[in-house]
Amino acid sequence: MYGRKVKLRFLFVIIIGLSLFLSAFLILKSLEESVVYFKSPTDIKLIKEIEYKKIRIGGMVKKNSIQMSTDQINFIITDLRNEINVTYSGIVPNLFSEGKGVVAEGYLKDRNFFEASKILAKHDENYMPPEVKAALEKN
Amino acid sequence: MIYSEIGYYSLVIGLTISLPIFFFSIKNFRDNKILDYKIINFSFIQLLLVLTSFLGLVLSFIYSDFSNETVFNNSHTTKPLFYKISGTWGNHEGSLLLWLLVLNLFIFFFLITSKNLWKNYRILTVLFHQLIIIGFFIFLLDSSNPFNYIFPVPKEGLGLNPILQDPALAIHPPVLYLGYVGSSIIFSSVLAATSLNYVSKIWALHIKKWVLISWVFLTLGILLGSIWAYYELGWGGFWFWDPVENISLMPWLALTTLFHCILVLEKRSTLTSWVIILSITTFTLSMCGTFLVRSGILNSVHTFANDPERGLFILTFLFILIFISLFVFFVFHKTDKKSLISFSLVSKETSILINNWFMMYFLSVVLIGTIYPIFLDVISSEKISVGPPFYHKLMIPFLVPFLIFMAIGPQLRWIKSRLRGKIYLITLFIISISASFFVVKNLSYNFLINTVLIGSALYLFFVTIRDFFSKEFKNISQNLSHFGFSLLILSILFNNLFSNEIITNLKVGERFNNEKFQIVFKNLEKSEEKNYVTFKGYFTILESGKEDNLVPELRVYNQPNIVTSEADIKTSLLNDKFITMNTVQNEEYFNIRYQVKPLMIWIWISVLLISFGGILSLFNRNRV
Repeated sequence: MYGRKVKLRFLFVIIIGLSLFLSAFLILKSLEESVVYFKSPTDIKLIKEIEYKKIRIGGMVKKNSIQMSTDQINFIITDLRNEINVTYSGIVPNLFSEGKGVVAEGYLKDRNFFEASKILAKHDENYMPPEVKAALEKN
Repeated sequence: MIYSEIGYYSLVIGLTISLPIFFFSIKNFRDNKILDYKIINFSFIQLLLVLTSFLGLVLSFIYSDFSNETVFNNSHTTKPLFYKISGTWGNHEGSLLLWLLVLNLFIFFFLITSKNLWKNYRILTVLFHQLIIIGFFIFLLDSSNPFNYIFPVPKEGLGLNPILQDPALAIHPPVLYLGYVGSSIIFSSVLAATSLNYVSKIWALHIKKWVLISWVFLTLGILLGSIWAYYELGWGGFWFWDPVENISLMPWLALTTLFHCILVLEKRSTLTSWVIILSITTFTLSMCGTFLVRSGILNSVHTFANDPERGLFILTFLFILIFISLFVFFVFHKTDKKSLISFSLVSKETSILINNWFMMYFLSVVLIGTIYPIFLDVISSEKISVGPPFYHKLMIPFLVPFLIFMAIGPQLRWIKSRLRGKIYLITLFIISISASFFVVKNLSYNFLINTVLIGSALYLFFVTIRDFFSKEFKNISQNLSHFGFSLLILSILFNNLFSNEIITNLKVGERFNNEKFQIVFKNLEKSEEKNYVTFKGYFTILESGKEDNLVPELRVYNQPNIVTSEADIKTSLLNDKFITMNTVQNEEYFNIRYQVKPLMIWIWISVLLISFGGILSLFNRNRV
């Protein structure tokens, strides 16, 4: 019926099409799974149910809220309207201090408690993560 | 004062030099003689002018001339001389001037090293390249002038971000730029060659050098940035899948693929569309990198100023260039005579092609992970970030066949090859899989994927080692790079699997114990340096009877007033011991992080080996 060349070409096109489809599917699928959403403390208050999913919370470190012990750091993130308690065991970036912007990544325990696995580094003292800025401006 | 003046005017005159270059190029293009020497002369003059301008800025920095806005924003009198000089390109304006300088430098070298090539091709390359150069001139003079005045003249500058005051980072931008800008030569040259239908074996041989040069610089540039992130940011990692890192990785992947395509083009005169598209992609990605980093869309240490106008300019410029290049591609490009079917299933070019597809896949993963959050932010104002799990999940499974093809491909011949007489390939495969089985045996998690992954990396490792000693196989440069890559993957894997980490908060005099380590915080000492105050923490770490003394620092810089942690790292061939400390305001506790990272130094060494392979191949005329 068809020559060998045509068959081969047909096979080739199918393989390429399939692999493109497969990779697009894989990429989108895992993007969906591993995306980390950014929330402000106010957004957290409005969540209906708490899922075990990694999120980021941004806002300001509340004044006089940092407490340190041998294995933990506790502090409060505020967007000047709502607050959330954060516990973290790990190293904090140099510019982590009270009254400054902060982004914490981790899991929500409930609407008031957040267990951070990472505090994000920032690079200079005037810098405010745009997410935090947006969260603060919203209020 | 005078240096900024000189710098500014030479920049303006430099732009006007583009006119005679255009004029003589077009004139010379029509009459069919040899290349007009005036083009080279004027390119040289333009290069000198931009160099003068650049030196003018360097001198303004050295003499702390604060009437210059760029100097005022990024320098300080108490800064050491070395960092005053590196401050020149540690900011937006200066780094663009450096771009321009390298653009001019490369086109000049292109002109003087391409003497035995077709005249019209050389002229057209100059013309396309001038488009880019003019774009950068206008960008510099219009929206990022490095020589702006401030009046009245301030007494003191604002200083350079202390985490940028570091030797690795001082040379990181120029090296990276040589790689980025190298891709612009490839871009102009490919456009010229396509328009003239000159994409051929001779052209491939010539452009291969440029690809190698930019590839080597890009590799080294990424390495430097990575080393810096490792010890300066204090996290003990070397790659974070941060958008800014991805942006340098993407042109690297495109360039690596391009290089392999050019090899096929050189030997088999095929894959021309690949070569053209990849050259355009590489350059576009480099420019996109500049755009994303400079426009303030991405947040990182590289973002110097959030000026939407600048971002818009680069974006417009980029679109014009992409439009021109796509136009050239679709109008002038003639498809290959040989179709892909003429590839034999078992041959070197087929394995190169397969791995090119893999690299394109990796590239698209990185691309999507990097721009998807920006995209989503624009259309739905939802803020998200894409972390390492995304990249790991999508890339690691495909790394396995990639590594295996990388090992087998070079063993095959061009055109058609046979697997007979290559029993060693199978033997080595069995050896590496069983070796990796014994290494991973004790791990409780991800057993299968780790065995397969380490197995295939070991496979590449063994095959390349065998080739070093085999007589029939003399392609040292390729072998070295592939060997380096296997070493890189192996060290990264072992580094990830067998790292140890302790995070604790200690007061001075306290100690931390667990079954493996004992950390003693002995003492804290304060001393004053030229532009910062330092607090040194003295730590003793006891591990299975051995004692190590490590001294991490906290530095409080005077201008700008920033605290940085300096890690103390004890490097050996087997592992790195890495300690950082940090303080949280008004607390007696210090935040301590201690890590043991196996084979860390081999990550750096392997990347050096990879780029050294490229350098060797550059000096190796006959074989690649």
